[in-house]
Amino acid sequence: MSRFIDKDGMHRSLEGWPLVFTVLTTIAILVGGLVEIVPLMLADDAAERIETVEPFTPLELAGRDIYISEGCVGCHSQAVRPFRHELERYGEYQRAGETVYERPFLWGSKRTGPDLARVGGKYPHLWHVRHMEDPRSTSPGSIMPPYPWMLEKDADLDVLPRKLRALRALGTPYSDEEIAQATELAEEQAAEIASEIEQQGGPADLESKQIVALVAYLQRLGTDIDAAPDVENELSDASSNASGSN
Amino acid sequence: MPSSSTTQAPRVHQDDVEVFSYDEQITRLFVLATVIWGLVGMLVGLLLALQLPFPEANLGEYLSFGRLRPLHTNAVIFAFAGNAIFAAVYYSTQRLCKTRMYSDWMSRFHFWGWQGIIVSAAITLPLGYTTSKEYAELEWPISIAIAVVWIVFAINFFATLKNRRVKHMYVALWFYIATIVTIAVLHVGNNLAIPVGAFESYPVYAGVQDALVQWWYGHNAVAFFLTTPFLGLMYYFLPKAAERPVFSYRLSIVHFWSLVFIYIWAGPHHLIYTAVPEWAATVGMVFSVMLWMPSWGGMINGLFTLRGAWHKLRDSVVLKMFVVGITFYGMSTFEGPMLSVKSVNALTHYTDWTIGHVHSGALGWNGFMTFGMIYWLLPRLWRTPLWSDKLANAHFWVGTLGILVYVIAMYVSGITQGLMWRAFDDAGRLMYPDFMETVVQVIPMYWARFIGGSLYLAGMVMLVVNVMMTIRNAPDTLPDAAQIAARKPVTAGMSGDGAPGTEGDGAAAPASQTSAAEASDQGDADDDEDDAPRPGTKRVQLPTPGDD
Repeated sequence: MSRFIDKDGMHRSLEGWPLVFTVLTTIAILVGGLVEIVPLMLADDAAERIETVEPFTPLELAGRDIYISEGCVGCHSQAVRPFRHELERYGEYQRAGETVYERPFLWGSKRTGPDLARVGGKYPHLWHVRHMEDPRSTSPGSIMPPYPWMLEKDADLDVLPRKLRALRALGTPYSDEEIAQATELAEEQAAEIASEIEQQGGPADLESKQIVALVAYLQRLGTDIDAAPDVENELSDASSNASGSN
Repeated sequence: MPSSSTTQAPRVHQDDVEVFSYDEQITRLFVLATVIWGLVGMLVGLLLALQLPFPEANLGEYLSFGRLRPLHTNAVIFAFAGNAIFAAVYYSTQRLCKTRMYSDWMSRFHFWGWQGIIVSAAITLPLGYTTSKEYAELEWPISIAIAVVWIVFAINFFATLKNRRVKHMYVALWFYIATIVTIAVLHVGNNLAIPVGAFESYPVYAGVQDALVQWWYGHNAVAFFLTTPFLGLMYYFLPKAAERPVFSYRLSIVHFWSLVFIYIWAGPHHLIYTAVPEWAATVGMVFSVMLWMPSWGGMINGLFTLRGAWHKLRDSVVLKMFVVGITFYGMSTFEGPMLSVKSVNALTHYTDWTIGHVHSGALGWNGFMTFGMIYWLLPRLWRTPLWSDKLANAHFWVGTLGILVYVIAMYVSGITQGLMWRAFDDAGRLMYPDFMETVVQVIPMYWARFIGGSLYLAGMVMLVVNVMMTIRNAPDTLPDAAQIAARKPVTAGMSGDGAPGTEGDGAAAPASQTSAAEASDQGDADDDEDDAPRPGTKRVQLPTPGDD
């Protein structure tokens, strides 16, 4: 060792060769990343796939892109940890198989507001509309910014075929028909949600608006796994493990 | 070697020496950009700090918290800290290599390209164009621009190394090399995406893979953008300001290699208890804990450089800034490993503690190292004394107080959140089932953080005033001073194709290679007394007396 780091040691020579120095540095910084990431890239997806987890519908995808664009991930995580208190507060813990269609992943790193991984179905559509328009009207004390423009601005649904095509190129299994009909499918789902909002006593004529796409996305979150048969068993395992680590 | 802008002809026989000059203007430009963007980035930060306890401060679509948060992080990381490290690199590399930057044109391209990227970020992020991946939010056209500018920077830097007149590279240069290589790898690796619009794209990775790649990038943006270049900065400017050689040459070798090797592994500690495989999270945790040692190696090498010179802190705001900066480096690199231990992470992850941790690094380490460097550079670059030492001292005290208020508020808030989220009552039910209770509880701490941030920003304003007034007093023209190097047979080439210890692979090296360095072969550092207003600035020396 001392031969290497002495003042006239080998490292001293290395300092005279920038090219070798740079190559060695590059090797040093590549090792860790390769060891951690490559096994995951090579891993067989099938092992973690969950039958009931489906790709987002075109409208949900549009809503997801609004969620991304507004930076919701800055304050809301989507990753329930396997602790008893999190299971009680939010629902099931996150599984890898649930996230296979998430491009990008939106797990977040901060909970200024609550985790949203299991928010789907927790509130009626109208609650979300009111909440986005003025968070303090549904949640007194909330510090969330209001998003009134979501009730006024149209969602961009025409771009959806292109988005679905790009996602299919990356591996999301959308059919040719879904891609061709993406805009129409989104409009259909939007009309459905908008009429439910109206029935719940909300404003009319929201079907082309961003808020409907966002509601579609939020109501989808965490719902796929409800249909999975083995969730109950896994869940009780997890809670017993997690209570140990608390 | 361009020598047209030199001020005086040396009275030495032309065949014996070469005359060249350092590009000072490029450092001036980067220093100015650092100050301007620092002010902007911190102002945005202060607005965000206000929006949390006072949501009415969300001023419509383009200025709401979600859209401004990435603007703040990008501005302070890539605009403030980024321009600061470029200022450090351009100033110190030329002197450590005893040569001008390889290409003035490339230096300008780097400068203006980088500012263009920052402006485009400042426009697109409020418009909602974002990838949502932390510190990699900029959409694909901008991320391609970043890659291009970075490559030009790399070419310019490595070509300067090739042209150097000093055989051995000083430790600051090692850290610059690690920075340039690793940021290129990380940036390209994490930004691979398929465009679906002018400013929209989907990443090639999904779910768990995307998460792991993102935090491989995200953590190492901290490592190789906010740590290694600042260590390079420290290794150059601290010995300069203290007029003492670096504490230990051996320590610098050990801590350099262990730092660059270990840091890369630590990324998955951002994903503990998520769906990434448990082994990956555990490896991330273990390497994070190991990282504590090389990090403290840097802190020790920095602080011990001041051995026998601590009295100089009284009169030098530069040294005060550096000492507090390095101390915060030590604190946050202790805190980081601690937060990555699973049982601690279970409490602190997703809370404000993380925000406190980040800001002790950003405001303390990056901010104060930058301020120290700027206060040291101002009189040298603009060749006039600093306008006000008193104001600079006020900046130091206000800034230090601001950081303390900020991080303490966030620690209190973070621990409160973590404990309330997990609390059960006697009947085994959640004590605070309504999340809102945990939000309302920490609002006073958000106000305290706003006060801490205001103090820090007030210090930044003092810096701006000092910079403006100093520049007003500067001479009208600031020609690059002439440097002289002895012309001698070449001894070092870039290629390294000579066997260890072999001297004289001269064929591979340009004729301008001299061994002026030969004399300072043990020194490796520069000698720029001629433009230093304070006499007696001695060169940095390695190895050093404290070495054995």
